Amino acid sequence: MKTTTILGAVALAAVMTTGAMAETFKPAVVYDFGGRNDRSFNEAAYKGALQFEERTGIKFRDFEIQNPSQREQALRNFARRGLDPIITIGFAQAAALEKVAKEFPDTHFAIVDSVVDLPNVRSIVFKEGEGSFLVGLLAAMSTESDTIGFVGGMDIPLIRKFACGYKQGAKYAKPDIEIIENMTGTTGAAWTDPLKGGELARSQFARGADVVFHAAGLTGTGVLQAAADEGKLGIGVDSNQNHLHPGSVLTSMIKAVDVAVDKTLTDAKEGKWTSGVEVLGLAENGVSWSYDEYNKPLITAEMQSAVEQAKMDIISGKVEVHDYMVDSTCPF
Amino acid sequence: MSKGQLPRWVDYGVLPALNLLAAFIISGLVVVVIGEDPFEAVKWLVWGALGYGEGIGYTLYYATNFIFTGLAVAVAFHAGLFNIGGEGQAYVGGLGIALVCLAMDRFVPWWVTFPFAIIGGAVFGAAWAFIPGYLQAKRGSHIVITTIMFNFIASALMVYLLSNILIPQGTMSPSSRNFEAGGQLPLLRNVFTSFDFGQSPVNLAFFLALAVCVVVWLLIWHTKLGYEIRSFGANPDAAAYAGISPVRITVVTMLISGALAGLMGINVVMGEQTRLLLDFAGGAGFVGIAVALMGRGHPIGIILASMLFGLLYQGGAELAFEIPTISRDMIVVIQALVILFAGALEHMFRPAVVAFFDRFSSSTAEA
Repeated sequence: MKTTTILGAVALAAVMTTGAMAETFKPAVVYDFGGRNDRSFNEAAYKGALQFEERTGIKFRDFEIQNPSQREQALRNFARRGLDPIITIGFAQAAALEKVAKEFPDTHFAIVDSVVDLPNVRSIVFKEGEGSFLVGLLAAMSTESDTIGFVGGMDIPLIRKFACGYKQGAKYAKPDIEIIENMTGTTGAAWTDPLKGGELARSQFARGADVVFHAAGLTGTGVLQAAADEGKLGIGVDSNQNHLHPGSVLTSMIKAVDVAVDKTLTDAKEGKWTSGVEVLGLAENGVSWSYDEYNKPLITAEMQSAVEQAKMDIISGKVEVHDYMVDSTCPF
Repeated sequence: MSKGQLPRWVDYGVLPALNLLAAFIISGLVVVVIGEDPFEAVKWLVWGALGYGEGIGYTLYYATNFIFTGLAVAVAFHAGLFNIGGEGQAYVGGLGIALVCLAMDRFVPWWVTFPFAIIGGAVFGAAWAFIPGYLQAKRGSHIVITTIMFNFIASALMVYLLSNILIPQGTMSPSSRNFEAGGQLPLLRNVFTSFDFGQSPVNLAFFLALAVCVVVWLLIWHTKLGYEIRSFGANPDAAAYAGISPVRITVVTMLISGALAGLMGINVVMGEQTRLLLDFAGGAGFVGIAVALMGRGHPIGIILASMLFGLLYQGGAELAFEIPTISRDMIVVIQALVILFAGALEHMFRPAVVAFFDRFSSSTAEA
C-alpha cells in the first residue's frame, strides 16, 4: 500500500515536471521566524528568490510566519492556490512540511537546512562544518594570543555544527589553541541582539581572545562591531560580511543559501527538478571562505596557501571534517 | 440608577464596542497611509477568521490558548497579583504534558493519557509559579520582576532539554519525537465530521478551556477560597485583619494561576503539534494579560476577548497572506491598537457616554 502511493506520487511528480509547470510557474517562499529582512539566513533566501525574479521576470509570493501554527497554514495556503514550487526556509519547518507535502503530492516543495524524505520534496542541507573548519584554521593562524572565540546564537544542533567545525579547523592548525565559546540566548531574541553580541565579544577579548567567529544572525553585527572597536578581528557568517568593517573582518564563512534558492527555482522552471537530498559542501561551493579587497591585507600568502590546501584535502577526503549530526557530539 | 453610573449592558457591551471601533478606525487610517484599501483589509480580516470552516477552526484554536492564559492572569489579578509569567508557566506546563505523552502514548489510548496530561501540565505550570509566589509571600520579592525572570529561566531550561535530552538522535530541529496516537488529542474535524473545519488544528482542548472557565467562575465567586482571594485583592490589610493569611493566599493563587497557564500546552503540544517544540507558547502568555484586562477578569469576558484575539491572529495571518504589502508587522500594529484602546484607554469614552445617558435618563424621567 505504502509503496504504491509513493510510486504514484513519483509518477505524478514526473508528469508535473514535464507538463503543467511550464505554463503557470508561480513560486513561493515561506520564511521562518526572523523574516525576510533578518540580514542573515532568511534574507539570503529572499535575495536568492529576488535574483531569480530579476533574471526571469517571474514574480514570487512569500510569507513571514509569526507563530508555530502558521508554518503549516502558510504552506497549505500556497499549495492550495496552485503555487509551485514552494520553498521553506529553516529546519523548524520540517514537521509542517512533512504533513503538507503529503497532502499535495503534485506540488514541488523544497526545504533548506533539514531533510524531509518525501518524493515531492527537495531537501537542501549545507556542510557548515567544512566552511567553519576553514575559517577556524584562518583564525588559528592569525591569532597572536593563541586564544580565539566563538559566539553562537542559541545552543541548538545547527549552531553546534558551526562551532564544531570551527574548533576542529583551529586545532588542525594549532593543536594547543584555546577556544572560548559563548551562546547569546535562549529565546528568538538571541538572533536579533547586536548589543549582547558585542558584550559577549568584548568579554572574550578581555579573556585573551583576539579573533572571534559569530554564527548568530543579526546579533553577529554587534560581534563584528566590537572587534572593530577594540582593534581585534571578527569573522562573518552566512553572507560575505567582509565589507562591514574593512580591515577588522578576517574573513566570512559563506553559506550560499541564496544560490541554493535561485538554483532550485531555476531547476523547477527549466524542468530539471529533482527530489531528494542535496548536500552542499566545499566541493559544491555551498560553503566557502571569502577573500576580497577588504580582507586582502589580513590574509598572508602562507595563510592563503594553507587554507586552499585544507580545502583541497577536505574535498579529496584526506582531511575528514567531523559531522556533528552523525553522533550529536563534538570531539574537539 | 444614580447619576454617573451606567447600566451594565452599556458598561460591558457598548463601551468595549466603542473602544474596538476606535481601534479599527485608527488601524484603517494606518492601512490607508500604506496605500491599501481599508475596507478590503477588513473584508480579508473578517473573512479569513470567520468566513469559512477552516478559518473558524483556526480562530477557535488560537482562542483556546488565550482562554487558558487569560484565566491564569485573571485569577492572579483577583488577588491583586500581576502574574506576567504566563508565558514561562505555559512553556514549562507543556513540558509536563509532553513527558506524560512520551511515557504513555505507545501503551494506552488518548483518553487514558488525557487526564494524566492535564495533571502533568497543571502541576508543572503550578510548580513554575510556586517559586515567584513563595518569594513574594515570604520575602517580598515583587512578583512582576520574578515572573518575568522565570520566563527567561523557562526558555533556557527548555532549550537545554530540547537540544540535549528530548531531541531524537540525528535530527536538526530542537523538538521531541512525535507522539503516537495515544498522545494525540482528537481534532474537532475528526469528531464533528458534519461541520467542515478544513485542516484547522482546533481540538478537544477547546472544550477543556470552556470547562475550566466554569471551574474558575465557581472558584472565584462561589467558594470560600474565591472570597478570600477577592478580599485579599481588594484590600490586603483588611483581609489580613479578618484572619486571611496573606502568605497562604498569595502562594495558593499563584499555584492556581500557574496551573491554568500550564494547561495551554494541552491545546498546542497534545492537540496541534503532537510533539514538544521550541517556543511553542509563541507569546500567548503575554496576550493573556490583554485578554484578562479586556475581559474584566470574568470568564465570559475572557472567552469573548479570546475570541477577538483569535480572530485577529487568524484573520491577520490571512490578511498578510492576501495583501502582501500588509506585512506581519502591520498586523502587530493593529493588535497593539486594540490593546491600547481596549486596555489602556478603556475609560476614554466613558465621560461622554455617561453624559449621554444622564441626559437621556433625565429626559425620560421628566416625560
